[in-house]
Amino acid sequence: MATTLQAQTGAKPATSLSNEEILRYSRHLIMPEVGMEGQLKLKNAKVLLIGTGGLGAPLGLYLAAAGVGRLGLVDFDVVDFTNLQRQVTFGSSDVGKPKTAAASARLSNLNPDIQIETYETKLTSENALELFKDFDIIVDGTDNFPTRYLVNDACVLLGKPNVYGSIFRFEGQATVFGMPEGPCYRCLYPEPPPPGLVPSCAEGGVLGVLPGIVGSIQAMETIKLILGSGDNLIGRLLLFDALGMKFRELKLRKNPACPMCGEHRTIHKLIDYYEFCGVRGEEAPAPDVQVPEITPRELKTRLDRGDDLFILDVREPHEFQICNLNGHLIPLGELPRRVHELDSSREIIAHCRSGKRSAESVDFLRKAGFRKILNLKGGILAWSDEVDPSVPKY
Amino acid sequence: MMSVKVIIPTPLRVYAGKRDSAEFAAATVGEALGNLTKEFGELRKHLYTEEGKLRAFVNVYLNDEDIRYLAKENTPTKDGDTISIVPSIAGGSCQGVFAAR
Repeated sequence: MATTLQAQTGAKPATSLSNEEILRYSRHLIMPEVGMEGQLKLKNAKVLLIGTGGLGAPLGLYLAAAGVGRLGLVDFDVVDFTNLQRQVTFGSSDVGKPKTAAASARLSNLNPDIQIETYETKLTSENALELFKDFDIIVDGTDNFPTRYLVNDACVLLGKPNVYGSIFRFEGQATVFGMPEGPCYRCLYPEPPPPGLVPSCAEGGVLGVLPGIVGSIQAMETIKLILGSGDNLIGRLLLFDALGMKFRELKLRKNPACPMCGEHRTIHKLIDYYEFCGVRGEEAPAPDVQVPEITPRELKTRLDRGDDLFILDVREPHEFQICNLNGHLIPLGELPRRVHELDSSREIIAHCRSGKRSAESVDFLRKAGFRKILNLKGGILAWSDEVDPSVPKY
Repeated sequence: MMSVKVIIPTPLRVYAGKRDSAEFAAATVGEALGNLTKEFGELRKHLYTEEGKLRAFVNVYLNDEDIRYLAKENTPTKDGDTISIVPSIAGGSCQGVFAAR
């Protein structure tokens, strides 16, 4: 079962492998690139995984399998049913459990000889440096910009490598940041995108196996850094296009003017990353647009009453196939071109999956002169929750 | 005029008629991108600020070099060159900050 390690002060590095370990890792040991020396390096390595989700799944599994002696898992989330499409450390029986506990159980079963520490906590500017300092390598498997900048900055401040991977739909990126001679995340992206400008994953979806591939690449890079073998991805941005099945590579230069790792750095401590990324409040971002709304219950009442309402569905055709409210489908991206299909004299209720895209459509139409238009608050998800549970949620 | 290929990254394909690449005649990177945003108008605001500058979270590469280390948008292009647009993506477990809940 999971072992939460107490502070391991004065722990000496291992200098030998047991007979059982030699047998377990025999396929490593018979390779000159690893051998006993390499396996001992793995045994003495301390790797911290930030995020135990889509990327964290193959990461945890392969690093545990390889015999990384100490693995830290950081995640504050619980296993959700929709995670099982890609987060392969978890099983159906884990739904509702904290991810760190479920992952730790799975990894301990795979390799009971390694030490696994779980940190069921949010990574913040207050705890990052303390958390990172006892590990050799940090692996970034997170899913949001503020945390990526936080992980980067903490790694640069502490001089730790940051094995980076990220995905979107069917594209992935991987590289190694944070080495003194190499670039950091800010060299590549000095500024985060403003919220709402880059589509989010929940809006965009993801091919489940994609984080499996990118996370495995991160595991490979982590192992190579530990062993000191092969050519690693420092200074190289690996781009993967799953649909085209193409790998490309771009040069990543260390930016001499980088405020974090450059010659005249101006950032010397961790900042408020949510503020930096323009996200106010806790995790829930402030709604991008404030528009007049109608709740699902109110809508149901008005429909039952026989009100003449025009339901506008701004989702994509494949979403309409999953479930719909019999609305008139104009995907959000096509709205500017197809606005003539709408009659501004009628009362229009716009909806999407969760209320975000439809809020944008209402904002757009109001600016275009439509006066009788409301956003369905919470979208078809809320309709399913509050009015008609037979409507599937997705 | 040189024909260059512009590779459109996944998050921006929805604004480019779902295309993953497009070819343009252009003598510089800036000209190629200008032709791209002329053909796909909705891309403009995702690539450029209102002042007409390339957005800081979008990187542009000519072949495998970041144009910031070349001549930026004045970098000359030759026939057969590839321009890559590389926006920052953050997905990992895909329940991100911007996830609709």
